[in-house]
This record gives sequence, structure tokens and C-alpha cells, in this order.
Amino acid sequence: MSGAFGDQALEPPARTTSQRMARFVAKTPIHIALLAIALVWLLPTIGLLITSFRPSEDVLSNGWWTVFTGNLRFTTDNYQSVLGGQGMLTAFLNSVSISIPSTILPLLISALAAYAFAWLEFPLRDTIFLVVVALLMIPVQMTLIPLLDLFAALGLNRGFLMLWIAHTTFALPFGIFLLRNFFITLPRDLIEAARMDGASSWKIFTTVVVPLSVPALASYGIFQFLWVWNDLLMALIFAPRGGQPMTVQVTGLLGTYGTEWHILAAAAFVIMLVPLIVFFSLQRYFVQGLLAGSVK
Amino acid sequence: MSATSTAVTSAKAQRSGGSPIRGWNWMASLFLTPALLLLGVFMLYPVISTIVLSFDRGLGNYIRLLTADRRFLDLSTFPPSGALFNNVLWVVFYTTGCIFFGLLIAVLATRVRYEPAIKAIVFLPMAIAATALGVIWRFVYTPDRDTGLLNALLGIFHLGPIAFLGDTGWVNTALIIAGIWGSVGFATVILSAALKGISTEVLEAARVDGARESQIFRRIIIPMLSLPISVVAVTLVINVIKLFDLIYVMTAGGPGSSSRVIAFTMYQEAFPAGRVDYGAAVAVMMLVILIPVLIFNVRRFRSERVVQ
Repeated sequence: MSGAFGDQALEPPARTTSQRMARFVAKTPIHIALLAIALVWLLPTIGLLITSFRPSEDVLSNGWWTVFTGNLRFTTDNYQSVLGGQGMLTAFLNSVSISIPSTILPLLISALAAYAFAWLEFPLRDTIFLVVVALLMIPVQMTLIPLLDLFAALGLNRGFLMLWIAHTTFALPFGIFLLRNFFITLPRDLIEAARMDGASSWKIFTTVVVPLSVPALASYGIFQFLWVWNDLLMALIFAPRGGQPMTVQVTGLLGTYGTEWHILAAAAFVIMLVPLIVFFSLQRYFVQGLLAGSVK
Repeated sequence: MSATSTAVTSAKAQRSGGSPIRGWNWMASLFLTPALLLLGVFMLYPVISTIVLSFDRGLGNYIRLLTADRRFLDLSTFPPSGALFNNVLWVVFYTTGCIFFGLLIAVLATRVRYEPAIKAIVFLPMAIAATALGVIWRFVYTPDRDTGLLNALLGIFHLGPIAFLGDTGWVNTALIIAGIWGSVGFATVILSAALKGISTEVLEAARVDGARESQIFRRIIIPMLSLPISVVAVTLVINVIKLFDLIYVMTAGGPGSSSRVIAFTMYQEAFPAGRVDYGAAVAVMMLVILIPVLIFNVRRFRSERVVQ
């Protein structure tokens, strides 16, 4: 679990085992406080995780904490039930179909624009860039009502098109801002040298700028993917009939099965599966992306 | 418009030396067209339409919103109620809660070897959908003692059961606690990074001079963290104004309309209820509330290093 969260403490390391022991004991109140914090942050999620593997009759009759007193009956029925009967498998595939284009398109489009803002010259460049940055301020709610009519008028109200376009557009100001600020830090000499060799702007973009910017592109891509994956509002409004992603599906289950926790718990963990995999495998990019993306 | 000029200055300052590569104007337009086309058609145009739509009845929508809609703002009771007032509660308690716990965890964790694990545990909820977070906390708050963790714990002390999400006196507190739980990781990670930026020499010098840990915290750590704290606070306030998913999933604004917030009201009025011009007016209110906060944010883009 090192890396993104750093691992240096504010004091010098202890040299011997006895020093370490003494220091550990002296910090007992801190350890207790941190243990309490860890429990508060883990127990709600662990409770739901345990519940998702318990038989429904157990879930209805006693609490998940009884597994610690010997009530060890587990099953995968709940997952089979939500993936099959409750349509979570279809919803999972819909989430994938919505999220992947809604990540690749803004990555590509904002990288192109960010390159122009960073390394090409054209009239009103800084003014246009500022307008784009100002668009970061616009809450999605300011566009939702007219967008529905606009999509219909342009004949775009089919399949996932509306979601792809809406997510891509709303991702652009942040993407352009983030990537331009990364691109301008690339060594000027490298780009000048490529230009001297007669490389076109397109060639410089694909062979110099993009390969050197993989960390920034990865952070932005991961942030955008999880943003779309976790989105509920746009999906409620723009998802086609039968094309609802998991967030909408689970919200529907909450209405229908408000107290059937074995179903809800399994469904919630199916949504969380992909973000958790991303979190544990790509932690560094993930944290950077989320922190940078917090301005969005 | 001082924020604008500040951003121009910073844009120029950040460029890596001299003038940019010249002579490819036609190329620049190729690179820019996809982005500007999408932003113009699917963002700027709808924003202007929404503003126009909100004045469909002159100022009628705004007058009704602020004076006649008790679900949006009700000043006749004490304390006041309604979506706008609920957002004020969120701004005050969610923001201070996140910063308090974020700072506490950051300070405590720097003093132990398992710091990365603690920060990862607290940060984890940031990754998951508000929808899943809503399910997690509805489960914790379930009134049934054989299901809900919190009421089971209260039962040990012969208290409750309390219907946290079904009781108008509890619902906003319960929601704000779930919201804080979800966002403390963000505050922790940023404040912890800033904390490591404080030179150990300063802290050592204070300790050598006989300062107590509480004095070091109040006189050194807090003042030196004031910028990152304000950055975190602004980000959290923006989160609160846009807050929708958690409310929709956990209470749908209920019981009654007691836990509505502005962004929820916008969705509810414009889509299920179909009052599009009224919903547009609520959206414009959101933008108006966000503008001062976001101007502050544009200014701090200069100090972007605080975040990275």
C-alpha cells in the first residue's frame, strides 16, 4: 500500500528493536485512535460485503456480525440472482458500453486541443483557453433540459449516443486544462528539434508529446472512466430504454427491494468491483487523477 | 474580472519560455475544431437556452422559488427549512466535518509506520459510486436491530431503535454523516501531503524550545496549512452545491421534502415533475451560488502545486 500515499514519517526511524518497542508503547493512544478510525471506515463496507455472501433467510433473521460468533453459512446465490434475474449483468455491460467511449473520446479530443493551446500559435489563443477554463464552472444541471431537445432535433437520441456526447463534452474543459498544463512542461528543445527535422505538428503530437505524457493521460483517463462509471444523474436522463447502467439499475432495485439486503448488497458490490480493482492496481494514477479532478 | 486577468498571467508564466511555435494556423484549427465544436453546440448553447427558459414567466419562477415554494426555502419556521437551507447545513457541517477528520487523521497517521494503509482505508470510499455509498449507509441506518449496525449498537445501551432516514429530525444529520464518511479521504490525502511539506526543522526547533504538541498543532501546523485547508474547503463546498446522487439514492428528498437539496430539486422539478422552466430557474440559482466559489478556484489554479 505504499506509493501514492507516501510513507515518510515526521521523525527519524528507530534503530533497535527495543527502541521500536518503546516507541510503539508510548504511542498507544494514537494506535487506539487510528484503530477506531479504521473500524469506522471499514465496518460499513465489510458489513455489506459479508451480507452479500449470506443466505437470504439468515440476512432477514440476524445481523451480519453474527458471522463472528460462529454463524458461518455463505452462498453465492445472491450474486447469481442479481446478475441473472435482476438484470445486473446487462446493466454491467451497459456501464462498460457507456464508459469506454466516454473515456477515449474526451482523452483524444482534449489532448488534441491541449496540444494546440500549449504549442501552436493562433489568434486569440489565450482568450479562447480562458473561456474553456471558465466552462469548468458550469454545473451539468445548466445544460440538461435543452440538451434533451437538442439531441432529438439533431437525431442523436439513439442508443448510447446522448450519453457519449454529454459525458465527452463535459469532460473537455477539465481535460484541456489538465493536459495543456502538463504539455507546456515538456522540454521545449525536444519539440523544436523535431520541428527542425521537418516533423509536422501531427507527427510531433503523436511521436513526442503523447509518449511523454502517458502519466498525465493515464490519470485523466482513469478519473474520467470512474466518473462516468459512477455517474447517476446523466444516466437517469439520457440512458436509452434497456440501456441503463448499473447505477440506475441499483437505484431501481432500492425502490423495489428496499429491505431485501441480500439482493442490494450483492448489487452494490457488482458496481464497486471495477472501481476497487482500479483502486488497488493503479493506485498512484488513480489518486493523482481524483485529486486533480476534484476541481471538476 | 480580476480572476480572468490572474489566470492570463499564470497561463503566460507557466509557458516554458519564449513564444510558441509559429506558422501553423490551419493546423491549429484542425486540432481545436472537435473540442470547440462540442463545447459550443452541447454546452454553451444549452447554457444560454437554460437561462432564457428560466425567464419564461419573467421573474415569476425566481419569485416563486424564493418566496412561495416551501420545499425550496421556508423562513416561516425556526429553524428555517427547505432545499436551500439544507444546502446551508451541508456547507457548514459537511465541510467542517471533512476538514476536522481529514486533519485529525493526517496528523495522527504521520506518526505511525502503517500510515499508507490508514490513508488508503479512508480514501477508498472516494473510488466508489455515490449509489453504492448510499446502499452501504442505508444498510447501516436500517431501523431493524437485527440488520442495521447502528441500531444494533444503540440497542446495547437500550436506546432506539431510531429510523435515521425516516425521521425529519434525524435525516439531514444522517445524510451529512454518510457524506463526510465518503469525502474525508480527499481532505486527508491533500492535508497529509501539505503536512509533509512543513519542514521537520521547524517542528524540531519548537520541540527543543519546549513547545507542547498541542501548541505545535495550534501555532505551527494550523497556520502553515491555511492555504491547503482553504483549497479543500472550496472543493467541498462545490461538491455540496452539486450534491445529487447520495440524496436521490438514500432518501429521494424525503421523508416528505425534508432532505431535499438544490441539485435534487432541479432534477425533481425539471424531469419527473416536468416543470422545465422552473427547473431551469433552479439550475441558474446553482450557477449563481457557484460563481463566487469558482472565481476563488480559478485564482488558486496559480497554486496548483498545492494539489499535486
